[in-house]
Amino acid sequence: MNSIELAAGEELNPLIPHTAEIIAGFIAFSLLYILLRRAVVPRFEKAFAARTDAIQGGMERAERAQREAEVALNQYKAQLADARGEAQVIREEARVQGAAIIEEMRSKAQEEAARITSQAQAAIEAERQQAVNSLRNEVGALATELASKIVGEALDDQVRQSRIVDRFLSDLEQSEIKRSN
Amino acid sequence: MRVLAATKGVEGEGFNPPDAGDFNLPPFIEGNVFATKPILLAFLSVLLIATFFILAARKAAVVPSKLQFAGESVYTFVRNDLGRDVIGHEFMRFVPYLFTLFTFILVNNLFGIVPLIQFPTMSRISFPYVLAAFTFFVFHYVGIRRHGLISYLKGIMFIPGVPKPAYVLITPLELATYFLVRPLTLSLRLFANMFAGHLLLLVFFLGGEHLLQGVIGLKLISPFSFAIGIALTFFEFMVQCLQAYIFTLLTALYIAGALADEH
Repeated sequence: MNSIELAAGEELNPLIPHTAEIIAGFIAFSLLYILLRRAVVPRFEKAFAARTDAIQGGMERAERAQREAEVALNQYKAQLADARGEAQVIREEARVQGAAIIEEMRSKAQEEAARITSQAQAAIEAERQQAVNSLRNEVGALATELASKIVGEALDDQVRQSRIVDRFLSDLEQSEIKRSN
Repeated sequence: MRVLAATKGVEGEGFNPPDAGDFNLPPFIEGNVFATKPILLAFLSVLLIATFFILAARKAAVVPSKLQFAGESVYTFVRNDLGRDVIGHEFMRFVPYLFTLFTFILVNNLFGIVPLIQFPTMSRISFPYVLAAFTFFVFHYVGIRRHGLISYLKGIMFIPGVPKPAYVLITPLELATYFLVRPLTLSLRLFANMFAGHLLLLVFFLGGEHLLQGVIGLKLISPFSFAIGIALTFFEFMVQCLQAYIFTLLTALYIAGALADEH
């Protein structure tokens, strides 16, 4: 502490600067400024920018993913709605077709039935007609034979003969109808 | 210690209160005007600040380490609270200057209470003068660059919206404000706070020490002197941070004012 005498003795006005200190202060401050400006500020700024990028990039990625998910969801919904509609249409068609088929089958069956019925009736009619004809012939012949046997030659006349036979037959038919009723 | 030593042989037991002379630390190398404690401290602060921040910023990682986070916190504070919020969209140009200013003043102020160092560099008026000169130069320079010399000076001297006769009064005041008061108050505020704070600490610690050497009654009072000294040390810590903040904030405000369209 050999400085004591100097320090205590030298009572300079504290507002008066020292040249050496001014130079030193200038150099020290400038040096610090250059160092911080060159080596610190750009790096911190770089870190901030990278951080902002990372955060923004993450947010953008998330937004993009969300948008994609929404699009996919809408697509699926649309497809589902389509499928539902299609199913509805198909079901409707099937119902209509089914009804049509049933209708067709029914009409066919009815036609068939009608046809069979009419065929049967025709066949019956034909057979009946045939039977009637053969019967008539046979009955006529038989009756004529019988009658001629009974009344002899009295009934030789052709006209009378047939008239008698007809009357006989219509009598016969009448009695048949009565019986059947 | 110095003062007590200095009192030896002057008036026996009398207490010489610390004064401005206590701030005149002579060179530790005889005859070399640069080898003084304040100058050493100024360069030590440069070494400390630069080392700390270069290490902190070295990796510039997206996910910061503790060290990077600590460095970033200080940097972000200056960048956003003192730069962006005050200067506006052009702030990035001035961030390195404000950042240097803040850290340089802060660390040199804190030297005032760091054990073994215990000397605030800024209590030497030369350093605040240098810093104020830098700020003075910077804000006038950006003002002139922005508006041109003539219109910049016109903006300072003739505030719009003032009745013409009032210029007789206002123009000298404005000129004095911009070219004299601002740099002077900047440097004196910082200097005086550090000077007075250091003096206060000296008074209570040296006083406490001196009381210890007195009679028994004085010895009992001594602890109170030390206690006040310790309390004042915490107070000084606050003042030191505050002064670094104020100096930087005012610099940012002056720059913002010089950049603004109307002064």
